[in-house]
Amino acid sequence: MNRRDSIKTMLLGALGSSMIINGCAPDGSNRRRLQDVYDFSSYGRTPEEKARDQKIFNDNFFTDHEFETVAVLCDLILPSNASAGSASDAFVPEFIDFAVKEWPNQQEGFREGIAWLDTYSSAKNGKDFIFAKHEDQITILDDIAYPDKATKETEAGVEFFNQIRNFTLTGYYTTQMGWDDLGYVGNRPNIWDGVPEDVLKEHGMEYEAEWLAKCIDQSKRDITAEWDEDGNLLT
Amino acid sequence: MEIIKTRKTYDAVIIGSGAGSGMSANILAENGLNVAIIEAGPFFDPAQNQYRSQLRPAWESPRRGASTPLRNFGDWDAAYGGWNIEGEPYTKEEGTDFWWFRSRMLGGRTNHWGRISLRFGPLDFKRNDIDGLGDNWPIGYDEIKPFYDRVDKIIGVFGSKEGIYNEPDGFFLPPPKPRLHEMYYIKGARKAGIPVIPSRLSILTKRLNSDRGVCFYCRQCNRACQIYADFSSGSCLIFPAQKGTGRVDLFVNAMARKVITNKEGKATGVSYINKENGTEQVINGKVIVMGASACSTARILLNSKSTQHPNGLGNSSGVMGRYLHDSTGADRMALIPDLMNRKTYNEDGVGGLHVYTPWWLNDAKLDFPRGYHFEIWGGLGHPSYGTGFNVSDLNSYIGGTVGGYGDKLRDDMKKFYGSTIGISMRGESVPQYDNYCSIDPNKVDQWGIPVLKFNYRWTEYEYKQAKHAQDMMEEVLTSAGGIMIGDKPGEDRGYGLTAPGQIIHEVGTTRMGDDPKRSVTNKWSQLHDCENVFIVDAGTFVSQADKNPTWTILALSMRASEYVVDQLKKQNI
Repeated sequence: MNRRDSIKTMLLGALGSSMIINGCAPDGSNRRRLQDVYDFSSYGRTPEEKARDQKIFNDNFFTDHEFETVAVLCDLILPSNASAGSASDAFVPEFIDFAVKEWPNQQEGFREGIAWLDTYSSAKNGKDFIFAKHEDQITILDDIAYPDKATKETEAGVEFFNQIRNFTLTGYYTTQMGWDDLGYVGNRPNIWDGVPEDVLKEHGMEYEAEWLAKCIDQSKRDITAEWDEDGNLLT
Repeated sequence: MEIIKTRKTYDAVIIGSGAGSGMSANILAENGLNVAIIEAGPFFDPAQNQYRSQLRPAWESPRRGASTPLRNFGDWDAAYGGWNIEGEPYTKEEGTDFWWFRSRMLGGRTNHWGRISLRFGPLDFKRNDIDGLGDNWPIGYDEIKPFYDRVDKIIGVFGSKEGIYNEPDGFFLPPPKPRLHEMYYIKGARKAGIPVIPSRLSILTKRLNSDRGVCFYCRQCNRACQIYADFSSGSCLIFPAQKGTGRVDLFVNAMARKVITNKEGKATGVSYINKENGTEQVINGKVIVMGASACSTARILLNSKSTQHPNGLGNSSGVMGRYLHDSTGADRMALIPDLMNRKTYNEDGVGGLHVYTPWWLNDAKLDFPRGYHFEIWGGLGHPSYGTGFNVSDLNSYIGGTVGGYGDKLRDDMKKFYGSTIGISMRGESVPQYDNYCSIDPNKVDQWGIPVLKFNYRWTEYEYKQAKHAQDMMEEVLTSAGGIMIGDKPGEDRGYGLTAPGQIIHEVGTTRMGDDPKRSVTNKWSQLHDCENVFIVDAGTFVSQADKNPTWTILALSMRASEYVVDQLKKQNI
């Protein structure tokens, strides 16, 4: 399944038609996985690490219904906007599918949380969460998305929402799409020569002359260091 | 088990390949000795793509750089292993605590360390003269200064000449300019009346030689540098020694079991487990150099019992394993409202801090002995696993709404990205006879080698020091305009003092001294009990200052290794 097909699937899911996903085997064996999206064959691992990864890749935890619920929730937490794609555009559901296998201590929270959500939704709307109308899903979110408003009735839902919100944010902001949204432009060779002048100004800061005099003159970085006998740099 | 013996006898067999071992191999080979290095882990070279984690974006790891049991500091960290290694356990005496970080790989923990490279000062070698606690070193700053100078020039360290008595200056490369969060720290420190100076890290901000590159500012020194712009033992000492002399043989996946001695009690070689086929092998050497790390070296020597050395090799004093001590640590973090919604730009800089606060109260009367320094963190870092966790909770500090979804969450992410700064206090503990590691008589590792049992408790000195640091961290961070995050840890939480071992500066297990009844080596790092065995890791430290140990390990190893060459020439060993 390519990425475009997958987004279509997510949309169908969000609209309440789960035909395509439910057509997969119930154990999720046909579902697209994180390792189908990214190439993890060579990222500097030891043989032991490779074997451990492979075992997790081959595992399964979510049922298709659970996975579909995760996907719907992820896109309610981070829908696309004018400048950035949605959580499922960034393959966050696939990341969470991996994450619950990597960290089994997260499994109970997700499984019970999804069951709680379906029970809550059924009581309100007579349907599991993913089959509820978009506005009804939003009404439920408003009940569980604000920890300070938690009631005895919703506290289990609030706890679950905290969990999936954390994994959605971390799954999203650790992709190129998330980095672009956040404005992170590092992780590349460059030459650091201080805070940009306009930023310093904005913060009412300036470098002290005495301090700057100690710092590297980047125009001389490639000249081999030589010192006098007292440790004064000559070059 | 079949024992295979190699025919060759090396001039020196070095156990371990971290900072001390790398320096020793380099010095011994340069002086014409044939050297074997035995390393318990696999080969590693960050310049080869199959080992590289530097510059890989978060998404190249399925867990986005999070830690695993096989790499405790995360997928991108260069240190294999960590607090626990499968098949190689250690134990603790009930009611005591110790965390032991081991990295089984060529270069050991130098592949990922913080590169903070501080010289011990004159006071640091003679603390007993000042506070009457513990012991003085048998050497002073003047004796080690020439070696520090040479380490600076061979390996490279940036810093600035400040003329602070107990923070000696060296041969520095120029430091990088402070980042924005560090400018806020400087402001806070000045207001609180404590010093702040450029940090001192072994990272090449300027060309040092033709073998190594110049830093390209990715902030990823913990991943090991593919152009060797930071110090790791493999890339800066062992590889150059191999290429330059052809006299260094590397045995990887070779787990040392014990040092073998003859009827005269002299060491003749090392037996080790070849992890690739499970066989036990022996390698012969005229001199044995122990650089396996403070605790591993003690373990190997304690396991090297013989008729001539019934308490273990070099342990006639009974102090081996004792005086084990780690740095103290405590951390605190604050939200700086002025840093919210900040403009973003590439602020990676070097791996680690650009500025720091050295200990400033050597002359003050305090209710605890010895001092600490402050390390600073923050900025627009590489978003990886954990980014976004509970980000919205920060709203509670500024009267905003906690929780939500959609664009509100995206706004929270941007609002708080790079808005927090933190301080890590790292201090000097007082070495104790009763803090030790010893052989656990009831447990062996997967190779059948008896394991270490730890027995370690902090004293009132360390708790009081942490309490002082907590007050100061709060003062500096609020002076910088910060709102403290989380509660200040009080007495009930031990003032936030880290557990012993957690700062990974464990030293002192085979301390040096003039008195063979109270120390394991002499001032040349040579066993009192066995003249052809030397220790070049941090085991020989009498006390560890509040400084990170690596620069002193390197200087002492250089000094000990040149002594080995000299003694061999004179046929004294």
